[in-house]
Amino acid sequence: MAQSNATHGDTQEHPIRLYLVVWVWLFVLSACSYMVDYFGLVGYLRWSLILLFMALKAGLIIAVFMHMAWERLALSYAILLPPAVLLVFVAIMVLESHYTLFTRLAFFATG
Amino acid sequence: MNELSPTVLKPESTHPTGWGGIVADWSSDQRAFRTASWGKAMMWIFLLSDTFIFGTFLISYMTVRMSTVVPWPNPSEVFALEIGGHHLPLILIAIMTFVLISSSGTMAMAVNFGYRRDRRKTAILMLLTALLGAAFVGMQAFEWSKLIAEGVRPWGNPWGAEQFGSSFFMITGFHGTHVTIGVIFLLIVARKVWRGDFDEARPGFFTSRKGRYEIVEITGLYWHFVDLVWVFIFALFYLW
Repeated sequence: MAQSNATHGDTQEHPIRLYLVVWVWLFVLSACSYMVDYFGLVGYLRWSLILLFMALKAGLIIAVFMHMAWERLALSYAILLPPAVLLVFVAIMVLESHYTLFTRLAFFATG
Repeated sequence: MNELSPTVLKPESTHPTGWGGIVADWSSDQRAFRTASWGKAMMWIFLLSDTFIFGTFLISYMTVRMSTVVPWPNPSEVFALEIGGHHLPLILIAIMTFVLISSSGTMAMAVNFGYRRDRRKTAILMLLTALLGAAFVGMQAFEWSKLIAEGVRPWGNPWGAEQFGSSFFMITGFHGTHVTIGVIFLLIVARKVWRGDFDEARPGFFTSRKGRYEIVEITGLYWHFVDLVWVFIFALFYLW
């Protein structure tokens, strides 16, 4: 986002309207994710919609409410890149839980 | 001494941007976060560590849910309520979500008025944020009591996989604790703003150092983070 309309020293001054617009969007996106459950969507459609709305909401909160869009990249990357490593952890644990499930089904599924 | 030519000494406002800027900020034996004060940078680093705490909670929840052979209880039904004769799935959680998002909105505006040195509006918006946060914790207490009354325990529940209870209490309990701490933090800072501590440069009660309006933004960072975590809990625990 534009660097020009933002930082005076280390303060953050933006028009109130920006926050109201983001607030409305967060409401709309939350309502959309609730609707996914209300209408009982299932399968890949449900999961992709849930993750999409989640990512959009998280992005709006971080970028605008937490002013990450106006910080220097040295800070943004220092904060935003390390959590990406969690995705590797997720991948490892997905493999691990598939294996656990397999052993449970293979050896304990009688009862 | 070799004098540097004046063209090499760039004014502060023309830091390089993009990848060149990242390299320049992190190298040359200087402070890496040029435009962020130490308070803001340290809050960001604390939030990064908190991200890993909640990240591991959510990953362990994923692991137990994926590896259990017993069906997972349907959160849509577990958290449904009867309101006025209508059966509404997940309605309490939806209301809690809207309350927390509203509190984030009021907090963002409090930060804005803080930088405009508008003491009154900043304090009022922070108090409103704290009130919405307290309402959120109250609804969570209601939700916990309801589930405990229905027989949900960390070691079992009437509907399916035992791990449901332990994941639920651990994740929402830790998040609720964060919200509670945030409410206390908000009330303390709102009192300082209201009293004019940051206009009169009054020394703080603990560090005896002068505070600045920036503390409103730092409090805001923490509060928005609590809302951010709820976005993930709502999507991954309640909707999944």
